[in-house]
Amino acid sequence: MEKLTFERPIIQRLNAGLPSKYGMARKLDPISHIDEVSVRSLINEFGSPLFVLSEATIRRTYKEAYRAFSSRYPNVQFAWSYKTNYLNAVCNIYHQEGAWAEVVSGFEYDKALANGVPGELIIFNGPDKSEAYLRKAIRNSSLIHIDHFDELYEIIHLSKEMKERPKVAIRVNMDVGVYPKWDRFGFNFENGEAWDALNRIMAAKNLDLIGLHTHIGTYMMTTEAYRIAASKLAQLAVSLASKHDHALQYIDLGGGFASKNTLRGAYYPGSDTTPSFDDYAEAITSALMRSEIKPDQLPMLILENGRALIDEAGYLAGTVIANKRLSDGRRATIIDAGVNLLFTAFWYEHDIRPIEPISEQTEDTTIYGPLCMNIDVIRGNVMFPLLKKGDHYVIRRVGAYNNTQWLQFINMRPNIILLDKDGKPHLIRKQETLETINAQENTPEHLRGFNL
Amino acid sequence: MLKIRKNIAISDSGFVFDPLSGESFSLNPIGMEILHLVKNGQSFEYVSKHILNKYEVDAETFERYFYDFISTLKLFNLTEPD
Repeated sequence: MEKLTFERPIIQRLNAGLPSKYGMARKLDPISHIDEVSVRSLINEFGSPLFVLSEATIRRTYKEAYRAFSSRYPNVQFAWSYKTNYLNAVCNIYHQEGAWAEVVSGFEYDKALANGVPGELIIFNGPDKSEAYLRKAIRNSSLIHIDHFDELYEIIHLSKEMKERPKVAIRVNMDVGVYPKWDRFGFNFENGEAWDALNRIMAAKNLDLIGLHTHIGTYMMTTEAYRIAASKLAQLAVSLASKHDHALQYIDLGGGFASKNTLRGAYYPGSDTTPSFDDYAEAITSALMRSEIKPDQLPMLILENGRALIDEAGYLAGTVIANKRLSDGRRATIIDAGVNLLFTAFWYEHDIRPIEPISEQTEDTTIYGPLCMNIDVIRGNVMFPLLKKGDHYVIRRVGAYNNTQWLQFINMRPNIILLDKDGKPHLIRKQETLETINAQENTPEHLRGFNL
Repeated sequence: MLKIRKNIAISDSGFVFDPLSGESFSLNPIGMEILHLVKNGQSFEYVSKHILNKYEVDAETFERYFYDFISTLKLFNLTEPD
């Protein structure tokens, strides 16, 4: 007689309460394939854990976002936010789609140049631009977004010394009705500092003031904030035209669009609450079109989105290491990817799924990473099917920030593969080894040996 | 030997009721099968043989899951005190 499929015996306490008509489905559909490629076969070939990026999803998302803006506004330009994911293969997909580069450090600036982005199509943001990199950016005619007065005066000084006309914009911070206010970057709108900075630039005569920039926050769930931001930048543009007869080439609304991940503590899933690209585009473009900017002087609209463009395209696949019981009876599942690889686990309730149908039964589970550190929690509690040691899982929407903020901590960083549009896997970043880490170290001669 | 409390009610659909605490629980089908066997006084060896004959599982895996299940029963106070 053929034996029946075994399932772990479980007993669960039933919690009585009012049923919610908004209650979420507890069943987690497995993700067996990514772009029609078997997750199991990818793990077998490239190891576990493994980051998987989908080129098809990256391109599709980019086109969707670009269409949302370009169908509403005559002149739209995207700039790829390097800090979100600066794997060269990823950056080049965006550059092939037409995006410029948006960088916030000398390292990222060099990376963009090395990828072949022309200097004049690199937007240089951030509070930390060394003199050497300012010189480099000025020579390359890059678009320097000034963060503070010290930087403004340094650029004025360099422009005289180098006899060049740097192309500059200022970053403006403002009250858009969202708290906490982001006021640490750029010049403030409400207290007049931004207007002072613009007048100072116009007075310097040897700087090319070509744009205005703002970046109102991160993971913005309201489009109204963008409408306010676009209106305020438009007011500055109108004032410049009126006082200095100066027309700007672009207005840069930065990034900060939410992805469909669910923020920790959120009641509803991100997939239900995140505004669409059309929602964001409508708020921004309508504010610009309705402004007092003369129609023949409508500036280019630049957007620097990162997260909303790449998050959906990233997956983290891996293997269950063990199961155990916590003191209160809850189940704990330990997986082979920790917060050192999945930095975003601190922000999101990541959508984690088995790769094959396991069981209809789920159990309240805490999912831990493999690190010997108490903070290594991937999901605090999730109704999760009964995966056993050796079973595989997939975590969705991990494309943003993880491959730039991950840490070599306790474990090495694993392989990253990109599935091209035909589903062919390409290894785009090799896993680290002991040699990778040791290559950076120097042990003084007197510490090279010991007797135990 | 571990004993399930006599006044625990187990329905055919896997619903468990503890009249002492008023709490209720749900079992998956294998959990219900094992709980019935244990409640009827069967030893681990008997339960293991029964499950291994019936289901696709090795002895070591079953042992691990069995004792995990029993520890949960204890945690929910469904067993007689030792």
